Amino acid sequence: MAMMTLLQAINNALDQQLTNDPTVVSYGEDAGFEGGVFRVTAGLQAKHGEARVFDTPIAESAIVGSAVGMAIAGMKPVVELQFSGFMFPAYNQIVVHLARFRNRSRSSYSLPLVVRMPYGGGVRALEHHSESLETLFAHIPGLKLVIPSTPYDAKGLLTAAIKDPDPVIFFEPKKYYRAGKQEVPEEEYIVEIGKANVLQEGTDITLVSWGAALRDTQKALQNLKENISIELIDLRTIAPMDSVTVVESVKKTGRLLVVSEQVKTLSIASELIARVNEEAFLYLEAPPVRVGGYDITIPLPRGEHHQALNDKKILRAVRSLAGYEV
Amino acid sequence: MILKEYDALSKKRFQVLDEVGKVINPKFEPKIDDKTLLHMYRMMLLARIADEKALQYQRQGRMLTFAPVKGQEAAQIGPMAALEEGDWLSPAFREQAAFLYKGVSLEQAYLYWYGNERGSFFEDGVRVLPVNVPIGSQVNHAAGLAYAEKLKGNKNVAVTYIGDGGTSHGEFHEGMNFASVYNAPMICIVQNNQYAISTPRAKQTKSETISQKAVAYGVPGIQVDGNDVLAMYAVVKEARERATKGEGVTLIEAYTYRLGPHTTSDDPTIYRKDEEVNEWLLKDPLIRFKGYLEGKKLWDDKKEATLVEELTEYVGETFKKVEVSEDPTVDEIFDHTYATLPEELKRQKAQHLAFLSESEEN
Ligand SMILES: Cc1ncc(C[n+]2csc(CCOP(=O)(O)OP(=O)(O)O)c2C)c(N)n1
Repeated sequence: MAMMTLLQAINNALDQQLTNDPTVVSYGEDAGFEGGVFRVTAGLQAKHGEARVFDTPIAESAIVGSAVGMAIAGMKPVVELQFSGFMFPAYNQIVVHLARFRNRSRSSYSLPLVVRMPYGGGVRALEHHSESLETLFAHIPGLKLVIPSTPYDAKGLLTAAIKDPDPVIFFEPKKYYRAGKQEVPEEEYIVEIGKANVLQEGTDITLVSWGAALRDTQKALQNLKENISIELIDLRTIAPMDSVTVVESVKKTGRLLVVSEQVKTLSIASELIARVNEEAFLYLEAPPVRVGGYDITIPLPRGEHHQALNDKKILRAVRSLAGYEV
Repeated sequence: MILKEYDALSKKRFQVLDEVGKVINPKFEPKIDDKTLLHMYRMMLLARIADEKALQYQRQGRMLTFAPVKGQEAAQIGPMAALEEGDWLSPAFREQAAFLYKGVSLEQAYLYWYGNERGSFFEDGVRVLPVNVPIGSQVNHAAGLAYAEKLKGNKNVAVTYIGDGGTSHGEFHEGMNFASVYNAPMICIVQNNQYAISTPRAKQTKSETISQKAVAYGVPGIQVDGNDVLAMYAVVKEARERATKGEGVTLIEAYTYRLGPHTTSDDPTIYRKDEEVNEWLLKDPLIRFKGYLEGKKLWDDKKEATLVEELTEYVGETFKKVEVSEDPTVDEIFDHTYATLPEELKRQKAQHLAFLSESEEN
């Protein structure tokens, strides 16, 4: 086992799949020679050649649209969009083709491809570099959406995504690309898509989060002095959502808190809470709570802290939910 | 007619000045009065100093990300000097020199890169759209601006900028095509600075030149030495005249070079050689323009030293103001979402204010 950052774990998964599977190709803007603006794919072109790892013209619709064609022709493209805020030109391809080709062709075609993109805030970036657009993918039938929070999961989930017969959108928490290392096996392994991970068992509150927000939450919880027993769940796959794990947990704790970076309205938290209401309403001891952003455009860095998660926001919600009496 | 003589398929690059500022194409030397020439030089120098300082501030951790203009000043100052006040600028994200010439204050321009939305709030009458990050989208805006000006019977044009990499984008094609079909008074300037982040121009398009793409749209196209401020001025003047006469779009490829990094987050040594940069340093647009002004006895080393000192101090003072400027308030962050804040957002804002005062108490 080697100690790896989340970024290295993604690179390692790609490297391994490029090595093991000759149909895998990897491309995107600056993702070939330079290895991407974050260097996630660094070294892969030198090792696997320019034909399989390459730079594209700046055109997100061409990146995803060509991946659709490649997948139909039997390849497994793993494409990179430079930032999730620039996925919009590709959204047409993603919604009208990527998500529907299987259904349209009655499964004569499947699209085993992966669209990777860094997402999320907290990196003091320019406009369109900080969004959390989970909903825009999770809302579309036919798409899977995966978000790792740890190096171990990043490698296992990306490997699973590449092997998956259906298109997977893979969000990378850029704020934690290089923050912290974890032991990651050298050999190939899979973390199953569609399974949440109970990181810590508890009896008072079910706290669900994913990606960068989950790491923020873990950091905040270190400062929790009160004796509140938290069941911490890393959702890991946003679509298809493993609400069963969450519902079972809420049946035990009676309280649900969802922490994310998203804007409030129609967030993934909204859907989770709806499902818990449907499946575990009578177990609830307090109204479910979402902590995250407001319904505003994410501010530029001088104002971003107003929208971003922080320890105080998270801990206040934990305390108030724990203390809620009917 | 420059656009005729240097049309996109002529394989000629339009140039007026050589690398030291000698006029090599007197037929097309634009007639610009001395006052304007000196103002143009002043703004080029201001842009250069503001650029170098911004980079320095960023390295000291005092500025956020910044996209340097260095090397491309002529491709921006020349065109802006050829415009009239009512003309629009629909920029990409590397047009600080153009911003400054068109009336955006340095304080505002800096404030944007400092991470404050107030940097995109321009004075009335400054017809410059805010920094536009999503590549290509600005070309469609320019098509609309131009169409509207024509519809209103105004003699105004819309100028848009895009990079060599940006021409790969669907929105570039769509905007060019839309504006061309309706003869909208639009001028599209492609700053071909040879790279899109790490990706060289050859990986963006198989076209021999970017200007030749104009042929497909049925509009004039021209490749211009983008480091030659007079050439850029003269071409835009002519394109503007066509546009206001109802003759439609012009595509101008400004052949230039980004001397600095893509942004302050970029390390250009990964993808290009120092020798290449050094070659382009000799073609610095400021050296060329200065040489021209000296030849006309409008400029000398003493004037240069005085101006450098004055502008350096001005830039420093401006940045000091930016550093002590107030961060965006909660009102600002919420209230610009809609003309009037919906009830739910009012509630969220109140919750946030309560959270802030509560956190202060603890
Ligand atoms: C739609 C979109 N995709 C990707 C990006 C990320 N990005 C920012 S600048 C850039 C390269 C732009 O190159 P070019 O158009 O040549 O302009 P230059 O930066 O050289 O001025 C890229 C890919 C973006 N801003 N917008």
